[in-house]
Amino acid sequence: MPARADSSGPSRRNLLLGGAAAGAGAAALVGGDALLRAAGGGEPAAAPEPPFGGRTVAFHGRHQAGIATPPQAHARFIALDLEGGTDRGAVRRLLRLLSDDAARLTAGEAALADTEPELAHDPAGLTVTFGFGRGLVERVDPAAVPEWLGPLPEFGRDRLSERWCGGDLLLQVCADDPVSVSHAARMLTKDSRAFARVRWVQEGFRRARGAQPAGATMRNLMGQVDGTTNPAPGTPDFADLVWHRGGGGAGAAWLRHGSALVVRRIAMDLDEWDRLDRPGREEAVGRRLSDGAPLTGGGEHDEPDFEAVGALGFPVIPEYAHIRRARSADPAERIFRRAYNYEDTEGAGLVFAAFQADVTRQFVPIQRRLDELDLLNEWVTAIGSAVFAVPPGCGPDGFVGETLFA
Amino acid sequence: MARPHPALPLAAAFLAAGAALTGCGAGAAAGSGGGAAPEASPSAQAAAITVEDAWVKAVPAEDGMTALFGVLVNDSGQEARLVAAATGVAGTVELHEVVTGDDGNPVMRPKEDGFVIGANGRHALEPGADHIMLMELGEDLEPGQEVEVELEFADGSTTEVTAPVKDFAGGEESYEGGGSHGGGHDHGGAEGADGAEDHG
Repeated sequence: MPARADSSGPSRRNLLLGGAAAGAGAAALVGGDALLRAAGGGEPAAAPEPPFGGRTVAFHGRHQAGIATPPQAHARFIALDLEGGTDRGAVRRLLRLLSDDAARLTAGEAALADTEPELAHDPAGLTVTFGFGRGLVERVDPAAVPEWLGPLPEFGRDRLSERWCGGDLLLQVCADDPVSVSHAARMLTKDSRAFARVRWVQEGFRRARGAQPAGATMRNLMGQVDGTTNPAPGTPDFADLVWHRGGGGAGAAWLRHGSALVVRRIAMDLDEWDRLDRPGREEAVGRRLSDGAPLTGGGEHDEPDFEAVGALGFPVIPEYAHIRRARSADPAERIFRRAYNYEDTEGAGLVFAAFQADVTRQFVPIQRRLDELDLLNEWVTAIGSAVFAVPPGCGPDGFVGETLFA
Repeated sequence: MARPHPALPLAAAFLAAGAALTGCGAGAAAGSGGGAAPEASPSAQAAAITVEDAWVKAVPAEDGMTALFGVLVNDSGQEARLVAAATGVAGTVELHEVVTGDDGNPVMRPKEDGFVIGANGRHALEPGADHIMLMELGEDLEPGQEVEVELEFADGSTTEVTAPVKDFAGGEESYEGGGSHGGGHDHGGAEGADGAEDHG
């Protein structure tokens, strides 16, 4: 899986060497400066870990990066609308330009005609992931539009605003450094403006790189551990749920090894949430706030016991709890969440980004159940929604989206 | 100026060859992207030169001129000298340098002796510095399109570079004798005695 090769090469190697050197140093150099420094609580003898800015994630591969890639700390989602004159040939030119930019920038190299090449030099795990809205696919090949590509079915609880919906082309730009995100987004947007205009931009953040052990489940701004049941990248379960197999209609072969992305802007009413006490908060979700473990006990990753009842005979995990409502008896009705927090002058919430092979079979039934009943609905409201087809990755001589032109 | 300017007659000669080979549709031809394919014998200068990160600034045909940028890389122990270039998309191609004009502003003008790429050296072609000027454009150069440009060296050997066209706001230096890249601004003041001397 080249695309998710998380090539932390130099950093990891240096870290290991640094660790070995530290061990040797501690054994050989006990005395003199080392002892003095240790006694004084000064700098440790170990070589410092190199800055993570140099870390790169491979752009080329079977799958696009930025999906199975462990989520970086910062994200920007940019939705573009194609101009009226951007025909099939122009879309192809646009995608070639953007793929070339992404390939260079994610490798820590300046893009062609990059006016700030120095800003490209520390990519900090930069990934650029492309998603195609219905409008783009129709522009290139109307017969290739998957059934699920377009607005989601209406949900009663949604309060969608046009300014956060739709888009012909999505750029998901992620890195562990916001400057890397900014520069890549700037370069990609500059190379898009002859073809398209920006429809919406959503910024997202998670914990800073290194703030928590790798692999820790994120917390959203309501304080909840969010994403515990995600399928694990690299497993057959993940592959089945996330990667498109090219089936599902004659025109869908171009999506093989690709995926589908749902981006929902979910506003949180944190002022109302403040009024709820801790037990109430835990019952709304069905998990402990402290560690994300189900209310029926165990650790974060232990299965909830939906049959368990309390002393009064009521379910320990209430009927309206989020994790009960989100769960389906059908194991195929699952998605891979790669969400980010947002906060701006208008409020706070979640840029909910979820990958799956088939939106209609996976996301929609989950959301229908949550729309019908989920106590969390008291505090969270979807105000934006967009669906994108995510093409497979490409090789060094190709471009993302080339299969659509085959 | 004892020597005649070498670039213009050679460019004209190559224009004819380029037009015959590529017609006017060079921009639509798919290239391998940036690498130069040597066509001459291994000892030729062209065989030693590759062009890294080549690109051309996008302009509408009515602007009339644009430029090719990139890095000329010499992999041999011998100096190479680029003396001319030609492409199917432009009627005239010149090798330009940018110097400070009489009014203190940068102006571009043909580079008398071409671009020298030292042994195992690199020569950057950049906005605001040396570049290959494409003039008398016959078509819009649109972002993402590819342009093929033939480079000719002092020993007569040639190589071809394929460059994508990119949207770019800079590279607006005025041209001695009038005109500029892309924007069509004519800063005027630069076209005095300096230009006459240069072409004399």
